[in-house]
Amino acid sequence: MTPHNVPREGAPANPTAAALQARFGDAIRRVDVVWGETTVYVARERLLEIVRWLHDDPEQQYDYLSDVTAVEYRDPERALEVVWHLRSLPRRRFLRLKVELPRGTALEVESVWPVYRGADWLERECYDMFGIRFTGHPDLRRILMWEQYREGYPLRKDFPLRGRFSRAEQLRQALAANPEARYSMEELSIADAFADLPDEMRQRLKSGARTGE
Amino acid sequence: MGLTPRPAPRSVEATGGENWVTTKLDSLVNWARKNSLWPMPFGTACCAIEFMATAASKYDLARFGMERMSFSPRQADVLICAGRVPFKLAPVLRRIWQQMPQPKWCISMGACASSGGMFDNYAVVQGIDTIIPVDVYVPGCPPRPEGLLYGILLLQEKVSQEHMGDDAIRREMEPDPKSGLYIPPAAIDELSEPFGNSVHQTRSGL
Amino acid sequence: MATTRRTVDVALATTGLDERGRPVRTPLVTDASGSAIALEEPPMLEPELGGEHMLINIGPQHPATHGVLRLVLELDGETVVRCIPHVGYLHCGFEKIGEYRQYNQIIPWTDREDYLNSIGNNVAFALGAERLFGIEITPRCTVLRVIAAELSRIISHLVWLGTTCIDIGAFTPFLWSFQERENVYKLLESWVGARLTTSATRVGGMAADIPDGWMDGLRAFINNFSKTIDEVDRMLTRNGIWVGRTVGLGTMTAEEAANYGLSGPMLRASGVDYDVRKDFPYLEYETYDFDVPVGTNGDVYDRYLVRMEELRQSVLILRQAADRLPDGPVNTDDHRVVLPPKSKAMSDMESMIHHFKQVMEGPRPPVGETYVAVESPKGEKGYYMVSDGTSKPVRWRIRPPSFVNLSAIPKMVEGHLLSDVIAVNASIDIVMGEIDR
Repeated sequence: MTPHNVPREGAPANPTAAALQARFGDAIRRVDVVWGETTVYVARERLLEIVRWLHDDPEQQYDYLSDVTAVEYRDPERALEVVWHLRSLPRRRFLRLKVELPRGTALEVESVWPVYRGADWLERECYDMFGIRFTGHPDLRRILMWEQYREGYPLRKDFPLRGRFSRAEQLRQALAANPEARYSMEELSIADAFADLPDEMRQRLKSGARTGE
Repeated sequence: MGLTPRPAPRSVEATGGENWVTTKLDSLVNWARKNSLWPMPFGTACCAIEFMATAASKYDLARFGMERMSFSPRQADVLICAGRVPFKLAPVLRRIWQQMPQPKWCISMGACASSGGMFDNYAVVQGIDTIIPVDVYVPGCPPRPEGLLYGILLLQEKVSQEHMGDDAIRREMEPDPKSGLYIPPAAIDELSEPFGNSVHQTRSGL
Repeated sequence: MATTRRTVDVALATTGLDERGRPVRTPLVTDASGSAIALEEPPMLEPELGGEHMLINIGPQHPATHGVLRLVLELDGETVVRCIPHVGYLHCGFEKIGEYRQYNQIIPWTDREDYLNSIGNNVAFALGAERLFGIEITPRCTVLRVIAAELSRIISHLVWLGTTCIDIGAFTPFLWSFQERENVYKLLESWVGARLTTSATRVGGMAADIPDGWMDGLRAFINNFSKTIDEVDRMLTRNGIWVGRTVGLGTMTAEEAANYGLSGPMLRASGVDYDVRKDFPYLEYETYDFDVPVGTNGDVYDRYLVRMEELRQSVLILRQAADRLPDGPVNTDDHRVVLPPKSKAMSDMESMIHHFKQVMEGPRPPVGETYVAVESPKGEKGYYMVSDGTSKPVRWRIRPPSFVNLSAIPKMVEGHLLSDVIAVNASIDIVMGEIDR
């Protein structure tokens, strides 16, 4: 049914939240219901375990990952939040998981790629835009900005809307970057442009590891 | 079948036996060029959809000798840049322009290609004229097909007035950083600051 | 190396019709009794020839990549061994800009992000913002938005149809579909004043009510459009070339498709009947009588069939919506978001101040967050908005369906031929503006 007159607070919570609290206890930090959508704040260390349980448990069956993203608030003291939107197609449920990454700690969280293949690009984008590292992701590198982009992470609040440099400087950098070097990744290990690649990329290419794109 | 008899072809017989047209070589070449422009559609975003609508049956780009889309830059005459160009795409656009043989022209279709449009942020080139030379700017977000057709007619007008002897319009220059022609980006910024041209726009409050 | 056998029976090009006059689908390969034989892997006959793999690069400027997608393919002969997609060539920072704009000011950006589905995005964004404000829209507005969303689905699928046909080698359907698009454009233009970038909604209503006589135009379009679909259907569905180039390609099973996060026709062609309109309804979609087409094989051909059927279902929905459009106001009377009438704003001091504050400062939603998903032509399109109580969102996130759909392309093309990459890529129905944002 199309939701009508949803209250901001006090709508019934998704039953999964109670199941999670019963199963994982302390790892469930908080449950919020805002505008009828249930948000479960979970402990960073146990994220993958919780997601795997949600996916596998026959009572939950969250078999569809809608989105992975992050939120940085304007308040510079407030923690960054990584957000997962999960859906259970058989049970028609919607659940939002959140992990708080307090300021001053490493921006790292486990990847849910082993459970949902669809997380691959979504996590790469989140890394590209926020600089959050997803440990266990098979190929975490920039996806929207080019790989040699060194100005920072665009969606962070300390990143100016128009970039850190002047437009002319940004354009000069973009044109001066050897396009072939960033067009072809590992296939270029034999090409002249190999020397132009960033260090970590060269290491990866040298080791011969497939990036699993 | 009541077909009317086919009219006999009218033979053009001039009195002298042979036919001559005298014209300037410029006019002849320009006439041929302007009526057979092969466009290279560099379509990136919304404008590309309007470009497709222009090429489709209702607006029919073929009326202007442009029905042959040249998706390879090496056989193209006019680059139609339809859509926004982010910095990541800038080297691609530049390379495609360099791959096109002379004579070549460029139409910048839409607000984003002409000036960055509403995308005044870290990712978008503020006008493709900072990368490649542009002959005709078509305003609009996106321009209607009629607008693009008008831009193409303007380009044909421009083509018809060129002189073959004038090689300055075909000379491509890459300013050497050591030469006096080169202006560093900071200086360009400084020069353009008070007027807010498409290289560097500043607006208050944002 | 996995190879595919795709046999095309020429007799298939003849049309068989069922009792409703629609082409019936007969299996590709049949045995003597006429029952279907499953396609099997042929034995590897050729000796393994030593040789080098070849890398080829498609894009970012290539007519078959539907924009500025770039694919790096590693080929063994003509078979794709590995496919590496590169995206981001159209990254324009939508989400960053959204943090600097008021809610109503964001709507023009939603036009340009999935530009085939502009008006559908307007509707989706307005729904999200209204949930964030806690606003209920009027019944007339609800129906108008359904009409907008379904028209948008039609024109988006038409571009998909036209470009896919060009990719696979048929030019005529492109002209047909763009002719129909012009008819929709005419409707949209008389409603909101723009052909493509509509910006049709506002938080709490629409930019404009439909003009007089608009519904007649809509009905005329609906009646003509069904004929066009049937024409395309007759031309393609049983066409030997079309079938040969699409059947058995880019197969995804139901589990894979859900696990990869596919949505929309991509997911439904694989046999998962997930449609946001049915499963998480919005805009009173549960009161409309329509079917969600579901495929069985999850290949390019099934995606084509699903989209063609969706076009028909959209027409059905449009017809029902046209019949039930109620009278009444379009905009809510919630003073937090709706401007006072111009006559009052010019004569009454309080209204003028209200108008000024609405425009200059913008409406402020309470602190909160919401994720509102709609069924866009590409799949589940979601807008996730976080408000901290100011007039500009802290975070405006677009859940791009074709971004996630495209991420499965290596899985779909590896093992197929190079020419099949184009067909698979076309079947995803990508829009780079939405993928790169």
